[in-house]
Amino acid sequence: METLTAQIVTGLSISSILLLVALGLAIIYGTTGVINMAHGEFVMLGAYSAWFLQTFFGIGLIESLVVIFAMVAALGWVIERVVIRYLYRRPLDTILATWGIGVMAQQAIRLSVGGELRYVEMPPVMDGSIVLLGIEMSAFRLFVLVLAIALFAFTWYLMYRTTIGMKLRAITQNREIASCFGINSGRIYSFTFAYGAGLAGLAGALVSPLKSVSPEMGTTYVVDAFMIVVLGGVESLIGTMASSAILGQLYGFVAFFSNDTFAKALVLLAIVVVIRFRPQGLFAAKVRA
Amino acid sequence: MTVKRRTFLKGTVAAGAFAATGFPHIWIKDSSLARAAEGEIKVGVLFSLTGTTAIVEESLNKATVMAIEEINDQGGINGMKIVPVIEDPASDPATFAEKARKLVLGDKCVSVFGSYTSASRKAVLPVFEKRNNLYFYPTLYEGRECSKNVIYTGAVPNQQQDEFVPWLVEKFGKRWSLIGSNYIYPKEENNYCKKLLAGLGAEVVNEEYVPLGHSEFSSVINKFQSDKPDVIFSTVVGDSVVALHRQYRADGLDPEKMPMASLTTSENEVAAMGGDAAAGHFTSAPYFMVWDSPENVKFVDAYRKRWGADKVTHFVSEPCYFQVHLFKQAVEKLAPSDITPPNIREAIKGEEMIAPQGKVRIEKKNLHTWLWPKIGVAKSDGQFEILKQSADWLEPVPYKAYENQDCTEEGLKES
Repeated sequence: METLTAQIVTGLSISSILLLVALGLAIIYGTTGVINMAHGEFVMLGAYSAWFLQTFFGIGLIESLVVIFAMVAALGWVIERVVIRYLYRRPLDTILATWGIGVMAQQAIRLSVGGELRYVEMPPVMDGSIVLLGIEMSAFRLFVLVLAIALFAFTWYLMYRTTIGMKLRAITQNREIASCFGINSGRIYSFTFAYGAGLAGLAGALVSPLKSVSPEMGTTYVVDAFMIVVLGGVESLIGTMASSAILGQLYGFVAFFSNDTFAKALVLLAIVVVIRFRPQGLFAAKVRA
Repeated sequence: MTVKRRTFLKGTVAAGAFAATGFPHIWIKDSSLARAAEGEIKVGVLFSLTGTTAIVEESLNKATVMAIEEINDQGGINGMKIVPVIEDPASDPATFAEKARKLVLGDKCVSVFGSYTSASRKAVLPVFEKRNNLYFYPTLYEGRECSKNVIYTGAVPNQQQDEFVPWLVEKFGKRWSLIGSNYIYPKEENNYCKKLLAGLGAEVVNEEYVPLGHSEFSSVINKFQSDKPDVIFSTVVGDSVVALHRQYRADGLDPEKMPMASLTTSENEVAAMGGDAAAGHFTSAPYFMVWDSPENVKFVDAYRKRWGADKVTHFVSEPCYFQVHLFKQAVEKLAPSDITPPNIREAIKGEEMIAPQGKVRIEKKNLHTWLWPKIGVAKSDGQFEILKQSADWLEPVPYKAYENQDCTEEGLKES
């Protein structure tokens, strides 16, 4: 019983990290239709920002989260203004362009701060474990879980309860008609891209104390994020949440009863099967094409 | 413009004459002439400076280059300078093979120092065997190889485990959990470990492999918590080591009760995970940076002076350093006209020197190295404390786990 509870909590923790990474991608892809291959590098830049602020300014991880969000979001905004906005009607070119941006970001980090693994300290108050529901769990993992849910709730509110969200949804449904009603779609797109990038940066900063920080770290995350977005349904926030939860628990349980290598293969297989029978994903929103 | 027959011929002759005088080296077919020409001995240095394993290989490149500079500053080998040809194989086995071919055939190097991963060593092996050249490999590895064209200066399983495993069983207990990355090195190490454990009457409660580059260890840690092994034997490599240690600590496991014993965690990995996450866990290796010997003090000082005061030396960079010196001792015995890879191999057999870790010797039979295994415990300042050094140096036995096979001077013998 104790093992089962521990395993469910583990699954939730994996899910929360997946959700954090996928949320930014889901918003960008769902709204602008850009397949952002540089998403993993935004995650990586977030982790490096955390390292940078901690090493050179002595700012702890929690205090620096807002700054990191702003930094990576600003970078995302610049990239959207300078590159992406000219490619909205050429989906294949956006893949190439964002892939190129990703490679450049990796090499820029490698050249400026070096290739060695970096170290981000865990916030001292969360260093260690706490006992909850009779099981011992990492305080920091719990913090990540809570924060992931909060960020999801905030994003949902932004999308469905604010003017900017309403405009965003209008553009998603039909960009031309929305523009006719006076919505500045260019500005909304920039905002969305910056927000998605900022979320990715936060995800990177939050995983950095649990994992390692290196220029290549983004690559693994972007694959997971794409799987979640595809499984959950492209334009559905709830779908992103649900598929993170499903994949996280599946990873956790299969890894526990078998091993991680097998878990990885099985999860991929499961996604292939689902996509075969539900190409639109599990929770596709109804959209007029 | 039309091409007239006469002008075309003129042009061709002129170009031909230029090629013949301008690139004389392409007419020299006798390669032995180039081996030690003009008081220079060319060697290749083949460590990745970009790509995934560049993190570690950069330090190997640095240790090698420093050793070459040291020798040249002291007058070279019999008055001849060592000239390193540095190539970047970019962490990719296919590029390793291509660059190795270039070093051996194009640059005519008499030996090449290189490789960190087993995959890259396996990739270059055919080049060196076909051309009968010599490769110096500094990394600890899984053994089970018997090539006449590789000098192995890192530890093989028996050298890392023969002292370590019984010591751990006695100190902590007989229930072991084995965790490794999913490739050949951890599987061979665990294979040997299980043999030793069976001999000691210990049991393996779980054996598991995670994908290379894996960074989510929460399920693995849940298994540790439910199995409660006495020792976690880890052969996880690269940035996975960092993730495993940090998550182990974040989940509140205690190294006093359930220590991790690793063959792959060096000062390098400890620096990346932070001393707190490493503290209390054990590593077995022939070399630690804190080892107290005059040779090591000299090595560490020189390394920091050359490459920066924050740099660490570790159990792969140390062999990189001493293998260049062994190469020098071997070449010193040869006349300049005799400096060829097969002669260097014969000359290096049985060669000895005082390395930073202690006195080492190249074993005649299998071209592996006699080493001094040590057991260290990591401390929160990022260094190790050495708890035990083996009483005597240990013979390398690359086929120790396979009783019917033996590596001899004539090659692999099956009985």
